[in-house]
Amino acid sequence: MSVMSSALFLAQGGGPLAPAPAPEFSIDPPALTAVWPVLIVLGAACVGVLFEAFLPRHQRWPAQVILSLLALAGAGVALATYLTDAPAGGETAIFDALVVDRPALFLWGTLLALALGSVLLIADRSVEPGGAFVATAAIRPGTVQDRAQVTATGMQTEVFPLTLFALGGMMIFCASNDLLTMFIALEVLSLPLYLMCGLARRRRLLSQEAAVKYFLLGAFASAFFLYGVALLYGYAGSVRLSEISAATAGSDRSDTLLFAGMGLLVVGLLFKASVGPFHTWTPDVYQGAPTPITAFMAACTKVAAFGGILRVLQVAFESTSWEWRGVLWGVAIVSMVIGAILGLTQTDVKRMIAYSSVAHAGFLLIGAIALTEKGLSATLFYLLTYGFTTLAAFGVVSLVRDGSGEATHLSQWAGLAKRSPLVAGVFTFILLALAGIPLTSGFVGKFVVFEAAIDDGMAPLVVVALIASAVAAFFYLRVIVLMYFSEPAADGPTVTVPGAFTTAAITLGVLVTLLLGLAPSFALDWAAGGVFAGR
Amino acid sequence: MTPTYYLLLSALLFTIGAVGVLVRRNAIVVFMCIELMLNAVNLTLVTFARLNGDLHGQVMGFFVMVVAAAEVVVGLAIILSIFRTRRTASVDDSNLLKY
Repeated sequence: MSVMSSALFLAQGGGPLAPAPAPEFSIDPPALTAVWPVLIVLGAACVGVLFEAFLPRHQRWPAQVILSLLALAGAGVALATYLTDAPAGGETAIFDALVVDRPALFLWGTLLALALGSVLLIADRSVEPGGAFVATAAIRPGTVQDRAQVTATGMQTEVFPLTLFALGGMMIFCASNDLLTMFIALEVLSLPLYLMCGLARRRRLLSQEAAVKYFLLGAFASAFFLYGVALLYGYAGSVRLSEISAATAGSDRSDTLLFAGMGLLVVGLLFKASVGPFHTWTPDVYQGAPTPITAFMAACTKVAAFGGILRVLQVAFESTSWEWRGVLWGVAIVSMVIGAILGLTQTDVKRMIAYSSVAHAGFLLIGAIALTEKGLSATLFYLLTYGFTTLAAFGVVSLVRDGSGEATHLSQWAGLAKRSPLVAGVFTFILLALAGIPLTSGFVGKFVVFEAAIDDGMAPLVVVALIASAVAAFFYLRVIVLMYFSEPAADGPTVTVPGAFTTAAITLGVLVTLLLGLAPSFALDWAAGGVFAGR
Repeated sequence: MTPTYYLLLSALLFTIGAVGVLVRRNAIVVFMCIELMLNAVNLTLVTFARLNGDLHGQVMGFFVMVVAAAEVVVGLAIILSIFRTRRTASVDDSNLLKY
């Protein structure tokens, strides 16, 4: 503006026209080196949509699988390349919408590795001929065509681009610098998940019901999240996390707006992380969704949601923690108790793991409200361990089958060790890891989180957590006892010998669980690499 | 201009939407109530944009509209598929998954 007015002034003055500098309207090209992993994932998702539009049907599955795996590998390489010379304090990218700091890079690495395992499970066609997904989603369940599609070899390959879109949303979600970006990322990660929940090949009524429930409750929760964003915008005059933090530090603004906004915002986040009293969708959706999608949801959504919770609590609301910490203590206790107690009464393996994930969300929340560097690194490490263990758990669940699909009722798992010692052994190891027995990653994860919580003066909460883990250990051990010390039923399920993809995914999960249990220091060091930018 | 009235109105609309989600049984009506909640948020955003004297709130309103439209696409597809199966859109009839 000043350049223009001075130019006008010169022109009016009638003096000799000075060679006015060329007006510069260009904006700096956004620095993209930091965000290549996200761009690769989202770009591959768009290419996947084009594949669906232009490739003949029989070529789509191989093309989509190769594309997805290449995209994950490429994003991993880009991440590793950037890690070697990443600035220690983090940097912002794409007009300050994203902030790429050490915790964000750790979460991205975790998400990419977990998504690799999930894509392998999704792509598997050996366990269920044709894959776990419906051949044509538009066919009505129960009709003649539906019975034909059960044995058809095709599947809706749209699942692959949808997975990549969801993954891109998750990566943006835990690196958002402001609440608007976070809201958009929340929707980008949620909408594909709603759809994928409804695409199971078998038991389609359950699958569709899960999709409806997840969609209605998820949209309800994002409305709460959004209203929280609006109230915080009114409070701080900005939705940038650092500016909200600056506004909370000693101002005379309305506390009503701050705490109402924060409460609604956190409710939306806790819903996505399936914490405590906001978990009601979790068991239904975990049970009804196709098992590879359940694995993807359980592992990756949990990582992304807690990444978002950590960032919001530590960057934006740290200075007001005295006011809200007590409430989140209560939420963590409720979550652990609900997960442990209701997990005891379950008769379905997938529902049981769902309640276990609610209990684990309570443990994670303890780490998240320890607003110290140690609490941050402990929670990040716990997310890593929990993600891989739960991925392997759902991988194993997909192997035990009878004539109507997966045999998820616990009574059908009786005596499984006599039919297949290997699968029973692997599942026992996974359950012990979920229970937190030493020499597994679950133990190390719980240990570091509880240690950080005690250091931050939350000893009573840790006592409750220990009792809840003891109760939860009971229902894990019950399954182990059932598998080893019961007689198998005569018409019991068979254990499918998995193909390369599912084997690779389960092996990945089990190996990481074992390695992080035996030698966790490498990952712990990486998790403790730095704090959120703007803290 | 008294912003309080606009904020109260949007809070009222949001509450009506939330109560509607909890008490109505038809999935389409539940979905409409969620849209009402999103639009109540838009009113809040625009009011605060006026109060703060900047455009951020109004721009956010556009983002919310786009997201709401995307949600409609996905949501109606899911509700339609379950309606074709069951010949009803009542959320109380979908009760195979419980306990």
